[in-house]
Amino acid sequence: MGISRRKFIGGLGALALGPAMGIPGTARGASNKEFAGWPDSQSVLHDITKCIGCRKCESACHRVNHLPDPETSFEDLTVLDQKRRTDADIFTVVNRVDNILPVFVKTQCNHCLEPACASACFVKALEKTPEGAVVYNEKLCVGCRYCMVACPFNIPAYEYHKALAPRVTKCTMCHPRILEGKRPGCVEECPAGALISGTRDELLAYAWDRIRTYPERYVSHVYGEHEMGGTSWLYLSGLPFGQVGMREDLGTKSAPELTSGPLSAVPIVVGLWPVLLTGVYAISKRKEKIAEQEKQAAVADAVDQSKKQAQARMETLRKKWEQEKQSAINFEVKKALEDAAAKDPEPGQSKEDE
Amino acid sequence: MTDNGTHTDRKWWTPFNVIVGIILAAGAILTVMRFTQGIGAVTNLDNNNAWGLWIGFDLLCGVALAAGGYVTSAACYIFGLKRFHSAVRPAILTAFLGYALVVLALHYDVGRPWRLPYPIFVSQGTSSLLFEVGLCVFLYLTVLFIEFTPAAFEWLGLKKIRALVVKLTLILTIFGVVLSTLHQSSLGALFMIAPSKLHPLWYSGYLPVYFFISSMFAGMSMVIFESTLAHRYLSRHMDDTHHREAPGVALGFAKAAAFVMAGYLGIKLIGIAIDDHWRLLTTGWGMWYLVEVIGFVAFPALLFAMGVRERNLIFVRWAAAWTVLGIVLNRLNISVIAFNYHLPSHERYVPSLMEIGTSVFIVTLGIVIYRFITTRMPVLHEHPDYSAHSPEQKSI
Ligand code: SF4
Ligand code: SF4
Ligand code: SF4
Repeated sequence: MGISRRKFIGGLGALALGPAMGIPGTARGASNKEFAGWPDSQSVLHDITKCIGCRKCESACHRVNHLPDPETSFEDLTVLDQKRRTDADIFTVVNRVDNILPVFVKTQCNHCLEPACASACFVKALEKTPEGAVVYNEKLCVGCRYCMVACPFNIPAYEYHKALAPRVTKCTMCHPRILEGKRPGCVEECPAGALISGTRDELLAYAWDRIRTYPERYVSHVYGEHEMGGTSWLYLSGLPFGQVGMREDLGTKSAPELTSGPLSAVPIVVGLWPVLLTGVYAISKRKEKIAEQEKQAAVADAVDQSKKQAQARMETLRKKWEQEKQSAINFEVKKALEDAAAKDPEPGQSKEDE
Repeated sequence: MTDNGTHTDRKWWTPFNVIVGIILAAGAILTVMRFTQGIGAVTNLDNNNAWGLWIGFDLLCGVALAAGGYVTSAACYIFGLKRFHSAVRPAILTAFLGYALVVLALHYDVGRPWRLPYPIFVSQGTSSLLFEVGLCVFLYLTVLFIEFTPAAFEWLGLKKIRALVVKLTLILTIFGVVLSTLHQSSLGALFMIAPSKLHPLWYSGYLPVYFFISSMFAGMSMVIFESTLAHRYLSRHMDDTHHREAPGVALGFAKAAAFVMAGYLGIKLIGIAIDDHWRLLTTGWGMWYLVEVIGFVAFPALLFAMGVRERNLIFVRWAAAWTVLGIVLNRLNISVIAFNYHLPSHERYVPSLMEIGTSVFIVTLGIVIYRFITTRMPVLHEHPDYSAHSPEQKSI
């Protein structure tokens, strides 16, 4: 257990010091610095105005990720009538939002720059890679599902019906393909050009260029540029994002920023509490001691007092006795003298009497 | 009643035992189902609602209500309030059992419970508040275990080792307070990562502070509540000291709880003011929020205060039970009821009967173990060899 022990103590130290010193964890631990993303990391831009709802990206995703076939085939477009979300074996879904014309929106993990899921994971099973993808390591996952609670986009899903080795599942941005230099499966398959991949900087520049060139076609916002600290999956839309089912109230604070406060309080508590508590203990102990001393002093005093009183009383008694004794002696002496005088009268007197 | 001839000092077919037996049997079945068919087979959890009753009640309420351990030992050993001495052991025992059951419940809730030591021993996700919770709960459980061992050692007659542990009391107590401060508050801070999911009346930058402060009066109320029950059902295992000190403990904690609850209400108010959420108070959620804060914090706080002023134990006991309910309500609001408030009603989570059954099973298990221990070990009474007036005890 040597290694475990060291790791354990390391963990303790990290708990106490990490947040304070801003040691960057792989999940980009709580630091107040804005993280602008890895340079040259891969991104995807989804142009909602171009999506035709063909579900080709969904089938491609299934194929490249070797996911089990769904009950209804990908040709069946009636599923678009229901509102769907990602699921244990569905990494991406296309939903229809009805407006004057139907609008289609593809949903999958947004691969946040500072992912809530990764900062929430207590075993670092989720990590933001320098290539852009947020990847999951099933060898570490405990299955606490805090990542699901934390994800502001409700993306990770869980294999609730597996008893032995349930996993968290979500889009991987096709990380293995990116490492091979290929494009994500869904991007490659999209026939309408609604998905394009590239570095984040390129795509942001391109997106803003589109907005400037076709101001009547797009709302002036690139979703994902700042949401929750920024994401690697970016969106362009013709309708306000709230109307296509995307939350506009997420704010720009990243997840680590949200939790940096409580985390940085840890070293303070660990450092200050014992000192304060020992102080309180010392005070209460001292109070107790003083009370004890005062009590003892009072007792001693009382004992002293009564001793003195007793002595005084003894003294008076003794004096009295002495006096009494003295007077008794005097009395006795007097009596004896008188007796003696009576027995043996003075010669002169007796002579006179005769 | 006809078994006059046979010598039994214990009747098995009491209503208590029958009900407990049924619950334990049901729990066993649920356990088998959970571990052979998965979490999905017994719970209503889904991808949008990843945490349910097992986290909201078993973990959050379990930990909050087990706060009596650190509160009581701190009052007695750090603040030097010796009149709480007879309350320390039962409180430590409840806390230890509480935390042990929390950990047991987590085995049901997480997908791969055999990996629960991972965050500590294999891969430390230090950026996560859940890591902090996990580490502190693990350490605190150890502390509580050590703190409780003197009772077991007395029962077993192991004097030397008992004396050794007793010497550690102060250190253990301080360690316990530090760890409790950390994880009680972190449980609240867990939800700070999801401002978009928790209703703004409950979401606040003060969440960790709310959780920590409420854990104090949760712990105090639980000590009073538990001692009420114990007096009722386990009275014959208590000694005179315990009987004599119990009303004082109840009144002392009632007074402290009233103060802490008033402070809690104050910072809740500040929280609302800072986020400027007054407007939300008039909505439906606002009403529900007021029910929690006024009905289950302000009201019992008042009841506590009245109970203390009139030295009325009945008031105090009702207030304690009411406060315990309020804590449960608060934790469930934050983790389940006001969480995902924005989802349409058919996507909201309602616990399944089997989930509720599992929670009941775990609580029952706790009661059975508590009874087993208190009827045997010197918890509600002092062991004659180690009474508070012997020199050993005086040294701490
Ligand atoms: S969208 Fe959700 S799952 Fe994907 S990286 Fe962001 S927080 Fe994680
Ligand atoms: S479920 Fe797994 S990946 Fe998600 S936070 Fe828990 S341990 Fe990490
Ligand atoms: S990037 Fe890969 S995993 Fe993600 S939705 Fe596209 S095909 Fe699926």
